[in-house]
Amino acid sequence: MRQEIRLAGFGGQGIILAGYVLGKAATLYDGKEAVLTQSYGPEARGGTCAAELVISDQPIGYPLVTQPDFVVCMSQESFNKYGSAIVAGAKAIVDADLVEVPGSSAWLHQIPATRLAQELGNRIVANMVMLGFVCAVTQVASRAALEEALRTTVRPRVVELNLRAFAQGFEHAVAGA
Amino acid sequence: MIAAAERRVLAGRHFMNGDTACAEGALAAGCRFFAGYPITPSTEIAERLAERLPRLGGCFVQMEDELGSMAAILGASWAGAKAMTATSGPGFTLMMENFGLGLMTETPCVIVNVQRGGPSTGLPTLVGQADVMQAKWGSHGDYEPIAYAPASPQEMFDLLIAAFNAAERYRMPVLVMADEVVGHMTEGVTIPPAEELHLVGRKRPPAGANGWLPYAADGDLVPPMPLAGEGHHIHVTGLTHDERGYPATDAVVQDQLVRRISQKVQVHAAEIISLEELLTHDAETIVVSYGCTARSARQAVLAARERGVKAGLLRLITLWPFPGERMRELADGSRRFVVAEMNLGQMAREVERHTRAPAVWVTHAGGAMIPPTAILRAIMEAAT
Repeated sequence: MRQEIRLAGFGGQGIILAGYVLGKAATLYDGKEAVLTQSYGPEARGGTCAAELVISDQPIGYPLVTQPDFVVCMSQESFNKYGSAIVAGAKAIVDADLVEVPGSSAWLHQIPATRLAQELGNRIVANMVMLGFVCAVTQVASRAALEEALRTTVRPRVVELNLRAFAQGFEHAVAGA
Repeated sequence: MIAAAERRVLAGRHFMNGDTACAEGALAAGCRFFAGYPITPSTEIAERLAERLPRLGGCFVQMEDELGSMAAILGASWAGAKAMTATSGPGFTLMMENFGLGLMTETPCVIVNVQRGGPSTGLPTLVGQADVMQAKWGSHGDYEPIAYAPASPQEMFDLLIAAFNAAERYRMPVLVMADEVVGHMTEGVTIPPAEELHLVGRKRPPAGANGWLPYAADGDLVPPMPLAGEGHHIHVTGLTHDERGYPATDAVVQDQLVRRISQKVQVHAAEIISLEELLTHDAETIVVSYGCTARSARQAVLAARERGVKAGLLRLITLWPFPGERMRELADGSRRFVVAEMNLGQMAREVERHTRAPAVWVTHAGGAMIPPTAILRAIMEAAT
């Protein structure tokens, strides 16, 4: 089965890193195929950026995301840009404090990722709080695979903090369900 | 200073960017020298090698431009190093002058072109495949190039090794015609242990041989290559030269030399050409494609099969030399051909020339990948 995920936010939030960890988890530790592409243009820090993933149990042909099954937005601007791509059956996952979505629906999942990261002592790990939440909500990659990918990607001295952030996001989803 | 901990071959399974995999393929192939001028979308290759080469005792030089880059790698090769550069369209154009010098002086090296949309500055950050004929004819004069077209980060690794091996084996500059999508995408890459890699080194002349002729080819049409500083008296020139390497600007020498440097590739075409065929055995419609576009073509072929249409894929892993013989075998009069590429029909003409029949062209000038649906539509039209 081919699944497409778009992670979006503003440059500096660690969107690309979150996408890399997700793709690495699927490829190296879940035994699946994954392709990561990213918006590549004259974007600067603060501008909208996106990490796009295709995850499949089959070899992946066309490597780009066209109809995402999951759209993850960590900024209002990115939701305004990519929200319209959320088709029937797809799910939106947003940072509850940073993205205002008119109304509320079954397809919408919210987590105050940046606030939870701040409570952990550093809002820079908001991306990992979000990734933990995404893991629990979407199950596109296993928790064990994601934790291993995280452990082997970020610098050793921040592994612990990132894992705590990931767990926080994961448990937020479990508690909310 | 060489850091003991730095590993040349990063054996193992990785989730790796295509440009990074290209740099790692070069290192695994034994590349010791890189000269280049960073240009999107190839910059990550230079970045990775700038970090890795010095730690491995190699040399990285950021040059003033692409003319100098190409000249520097030719010089490094004569000094004995496996050498390469990486660029994109505008830089590739500037390299054409000294690419020809490399062909004429029979100097092994590798040139990577991560293609973007052209002509001119074109689309700096967006994909293109319109330099494939420039690879064939871009430098003046007659020659027969070798060019690879990777379709994944894994092939960015594997084909760098193939390209270095071919450069050393046939004593010539070899091209890797990648594209922005393949260069910038991240996917699984398996790097084998160093001892499992098959690496080729150039043929060397006998030490201190008296009266030895540096441009006298062996039976395989490839002359052994001396290195600077080993005591051989040699002259290296872009002028037409005789077997001693001395300028000899006359018609007989010219014809012999230029025929030989073309024929040394032609006679070995069967061992150079690399193709991937998917479901071609019973296919009534064959899609010919390469690079990132071949990924869309694969998906389109499988979708056509699901609809009961006998489609197949012929993926060009080498663009040059062109697999004319295989094309002629497949063109039995009943099969139809679809050519999908991100240019306005450069390889399509080549396909038609060998199949002697009009193909369906799926073309785009670049900027976005051709989607599988466009190729599927062409297959369905060709099948009716």
